[in-house]
Amino acid sequence: MAIDPADLQVSDVLVVGAGPAGAAAALAASSAGLSVTLLDEARQAGGQVYRALPAAFVVDDPKALGPEFLAGEALRSSLRASAVDCRFGRRVWLLRRDNDLGFVADAVADGRSERYAARALILCTGTTERSLPFAGSAQPGIIGLAAATILLKSQRILPGRRTVVAGAGPLLAAVAAGIVKGGGEVAAVVDLNSRLDWAKAGLGMLGRPDLLLRGAGWMRRIQAAGVPWLWRHTITAAEGDETGVTAVTVAPIDAAGHCTAGGGERRFEVDAVTVGHGLVPATEFLRALGARLEWNHGNDCWQPVKDTFGRTSIAGLYVAGDGAGVAGAAAAEVGGEIAALAAVDDLKPGAGRQITPALRRRQNAAARFGRASIGLTRVRSGLVAVMPARTIVCRCEDVSRGTLDEAFGEGARNIGQIKAWTRCGMGPCQGRMCGETLSALASLHGIARETFEPMVGRAPARPVEIGCLTGVPDYESIPLPPSLPSS
Amino acid sequence: MLRIDTHISRGPKVTFRIDGQAITAYAGESVAAALLASGLRRLRTSPGGGGRGLFCAMGVCQECVVEMIDAAGASHVVASCQLEVSEGLELRSRTFVDGH
Repeated sequence: MAIDPADLQVSDVLVVGAGPAGAAAALAASSAGLSVTLLDEARQAGGQVYRALPAAFVVDDPKALGPEFLAGEALRSSLRASAVDCRFGRRVWLLRRDNDLGFVADAVADGRSERYAARALILCTGTTERSLPFAGSAQPGIIGLAAATILLKSQRILPGRRTVVAGAGPLLAAVAAGIVKGGGEVAAVVDLNSRLDWAKAGLGMLGRPDLLLRGAGWMRRIQAAGVPWLWRHTITAAEGDETGVTAVTVAPIDAAGHCTAGGGERRFEVDAVTVGHGLVPATEFLRALGARLEWNHGNDCWQPVKDTFGRTSIAGLYVAGDGAGVAGAAAAEVGGEIAALAAVDDLKPGAGRQITPALRRRQNAAARFGRASIGLTRVRSGLVAVMPARTIVCRCEDVSRGTLDEAFGEGARNIGQIKAWTRCGMGPCQGRMCGETLSALASLHGIARETFEPMVGRAPARPVEIGCLTGVPDYESIPLPPSLPSS
Repeated sequence: MLRIDTHISRGPKVTFRIDGQAITAYAGESVAAALLASGLRRLRTSPGGGGRGLFCAMGVCQECVVEMIDAAGASHVVASCQLEVSEGLELRSRTFVDGH
């Protein structure tokens, strides 16, 4: 590979992901006197929740952009004042273990290859949004709830002129309120949960009255705009033309996600839909490194096996933040600090601060809030059962639910067989978008989700151009064998 | 129309082209967001012929890929949500059926 050994950047601790967990981890390890490199794909720290605005935008009124923006600004300013070596705009495509160096990360930045190494690696790679498809859901104009928050918070662009906001969890209220505040129209909020489901979740959130108040503020804004909030409803189908979505049909459901008898269908003409069904840890690097994963029954997803400090099954590899188990940004920040202090203690016993009971209490209170909201986004089997055969599950390869049912029906039992028979999960997203739905479909065919192995984590973890890795070949330097004597 | 212009001021105006069509955007915006703001939702055709556009907005799903044409005329496939607009940027959408 076209990396000069002299270009290898070695530090004590390597942190991948500069969201709240990664930034806090980097700061804690650095203040203990260790050399720390912090990598992120984005140009600025903050991750998805504390996302920065583009550097070319000028903020006239920071307070009006909300508490998450301010928390992000504080994080970014702490990093600037620290000794952490921040390397942003880096797309990490390979993470591997190395006998001599510990952990090695290969990244590309602006078309160049770079290599980083450290004895300790703290993975803070956050989540992937779970999105259960419906008929017509792959059309342009239909985006994730997480995508909508990026458009609203960072790009300051509405997803459309008239938007349906659908799915489950607190992002529904955040996105709908964001659209209304930005001057857009929300045709309806289509919520899988009932008022009672929310009330029960709210009980678990009482430990964070500040966040509950914010939620109440969002709801007031949505109500004041006259937006209908459809409890226990789902989108059943989307219509569209050549350019993208034009309308959606929604229907009432029961607690398991099955459409209830007796109709109640409604149709909304829209030019945008934003939909999501909860967040699950992004596990691709953990799988590539061979760390052990376990099934989280509360959130219906895989997450890394870890101790209470974030140590994984691999010595020297730590996890923190939502990538370690979804619990929200506040818990992520404390988790990052704790994982870093554990890493410091493992590398240089006694060099770091103690993990105090107060720090633990903060982590537990924040995590309780996060876990309460997770209950709202559990996968409802009815939503998967009801998907028509033509529904596209794998967007990259255009594999429908019908094709997958056929493969399971003919005896496919694992991810390898499904890939070989249908190509599901073999496109450029590497199964990140369809994996959750595929595993939910498997459970309808009698394969328990916790026994259905997830997609294999393979390099490149993100698409990279081969030219970035090999460099431009210099034909003059290719040794040629001497010509054969002519006869 | 879709841009929210309260509390911030955008960067300077820039013009880029996709399939020959000139798009006006503001420095700092992602190509995907600028195209959405210009009313261009369909960016790609899937292997089965379906329209595709921005979906995850964070560089994971690859649904919004376009081709960036460099000064030498070579094309580079990039997720438009991860590419910042710049003056004179030349892009081509992947609207052919074999979208690989």
